[in-house]
Amino acid sequence: MRGVAAEQVWIEARPGGTPEGGASLEAGGRWTLDTAAAAAVALDGLRVGTATGMVRLGLGGLQALDTVGACLLMGLADRLTADGWRVAVQEIRPEHAALIEAVRGAGRAPAGHGRSSHHPIIDMVAGVGEASVAAAREARDLINFLGLVTLTFARLWANPSRLRLTSVLHHIEQIGFNALPILGLLSFLIGVVLAFQGADQLRRFGAELYVVNLLGVSVLREIGILMTAIIVAGRSGSAFTAQIGTMKVNQEVDAIGTMGLDPIELLVVPRAIAMMVSLPLLAFYADIMGLFGGAVMSYATLNITFGQFITQLQTAVGLNTVMAGLIKAPVFALVIAMVGCYEGLKVSGSAESVGTLTTKSVVEGIFLVIVIDALFSVLFSMLGV
Amino acid sequence: MAGSNAIQPVFERPPVIRVRGLVTRFGPQTVHDGLDLDVRAGEVLGVVGGSGTGKSVLLKEILGLMTPAAGRIELLGHDTASLSRSARAAVQTRTGVLFQNGALFSSMTVAENIMLPLREHTRLSPALIAEVARVKIAMAGLPPDAGAKSPAQLSGGMVKRAGLARALALDPDILFLDEPTAGLDPIGAAAFDTLIQSLQRSLGLTVFMVTHDLDSLTTICDRIAVLVDKRIRVARLEDHLADPHPWIHDYFHGPRGRAARRASE
Repeated sequence: MRGVAAEQVWIEARPGGTPEGGASLEAGGRWTLDTAAAAAVALDGLRVGTATGMVRLGLGGLQALDTVGACLLMGLADRLTADGWRVAVQEIRPEHAALIEAVRGAGRAPAGHGRSSHHPIIDMVAGVGEASVAAAREARDLINFLGLVTLTFARLWANPSRLRLTSVLHHIEQIGFNALPILGLLSFLIGVVLAFQGADQLRRFGAELYVVNLLGVSVLREIGILMTAIIVAGRSGSAFTAQIGTMKVNQEVDAIGTMGLDPIELLVVPRAIAMMVSLPLLAFYADIMGLFGGAVMSYATLNITFGQFITQLQTAVGLNTVMAGLIKAPVFALVIAMVGCYEGLKVSGSAESVGTLTTKSVVEGIFLVIVIDALFSVLFSMLGV
Repeated sequence: MAGSNAIQPVFERPPVIRVRGLVTRFGPQTVHDGLDLDVRAGEVLGVVGGSGTGKSVLLKEILGLMTPAAGRIELLGHDTASLSRSARAAVQTRTGVLFQNGALFSSMTVAENIMLPLREHTRLSPALIAEVARVKIAMAGLPPDAGAKSPAQLSGGMVKRAGLARALALDPDILFLDEPTAGLDPIGAAAFDTLIQSLQRSLGLTVFMVTHDLDSLTTICDRIAVLVDKRIRVARLEDHLADPHPWIHDYFHGPRGRAARRASE
């Protein structure tokens, strides 16, 4: 039973246990998991001395023994042997002998079992170094992967009948069509918020009409496409990783390989194409919904009619503003698809790694989208677009 | 417990698992209808039955993972339905379960998997816990370096052994095994059978084993429980061989059954 009194386990030393002298130890009571704490205390208090010779370990008084008790007794025997004693286990019951044999058979603990500890600052510096190397490796592998996918693309270009059109259309539905409600709602609300905040500031200068300029430039150049890319990375980039990762865990990817098919061609290319078709369309839709939200808010707070809004919009932005936003879409699409599929194919063995890599895929996808967006801004300002 | 019981002959001990009038239903389908079962202390009981006869369901009900429609299940003398939370936990520390696919926690190493119940249920020093985990890993027949590995790095046979080591972590009185040799090669399966038998003898375990492995049934099981006609028939192998029930006859007299018996003789 669990939780018995401490007195139920005991061990004591008696001098001169054998004819050749030496010492004698007598253990008794219940040497089990419940009494292990008391047993450990009793063992700590035990003093046998450091003389050499024979020590008798009498186990006749044992009422119960389990693995933990056997571990403790064998630990004692090992300690005595290390001190120079020869240990003889005596008066042992057969059922206890079998258990002690099993524990003995398990062998001794290897030296240096624990993890070596360093100074925390050294650990921190090492951690930064390891993370940097890992990030550099990840970048290299991702570029390698892009190369692999490009080669597969080229092969498909030469032999277009191998492209899985059904699969592409299925993914366009998943990535594009199914994202319309959430993306439309969020873009509309962002347009509303921008118009409201802009109107508040511009009213002080009596320049309310310029809300339209603010909306046009910010939504068309940056916000529409960024919102789209971030939502798609969260919705579909993660789905790519989870889908391909689960297939990896189930060995489905291996099965594709053994059938003489190419996992990249079958799994990655249709997703990449679908993403590159869907994302520009979604970005344009987000632009329109954002402007619509802005127009509704302008009408509500500033009494700018839809007609005025459109006229002002035509003077504020040109086609190149729209294009400056939309041209980024295929690039973002490629990045999101590559990261999603690459992380999915990196899944190994456990179901846990699917979760870890899905998180990583979303974070990495959004990070790269924003970094590339910043690079585009630099590029556009240099080109004077 | 083990000490006082060990000197008594097997047949005099009270049953550690007692099932009475168990009824299990899934919608209109009745799986068990008035099932009775006694598992004696210190025996190895093999449970067999066709697909859909409710072997795994019976295991889950005994473990308290599922509630039966009717009937009474006593585990180590306690009615599992009326146990308080803490009493249930106390009974659960005296049972160990090896799930079919190991069910090792994938976020922990093998050693951490084994140490978890020891950390949660005992107040042993960390050094002793680590030592006990090491001994269990070795007793389960795993190499010493297996402790630091994560479950994903292990082969199928090693996952079973690691699962067994975790099931044995708290030195349970009853060990439940769900298809322990499924998915192992014949040599690995035979080695696993031997391992279970030697652990059962040295630790004085009662083993409740759901299995389809006829070799395990003939070599290590003391008695065999056959789930037929929504009830269970428990008998020694010889008695099952003489049973005229068509399913039992086909099971033990089919080509595989004959081969397993020849091999064990």
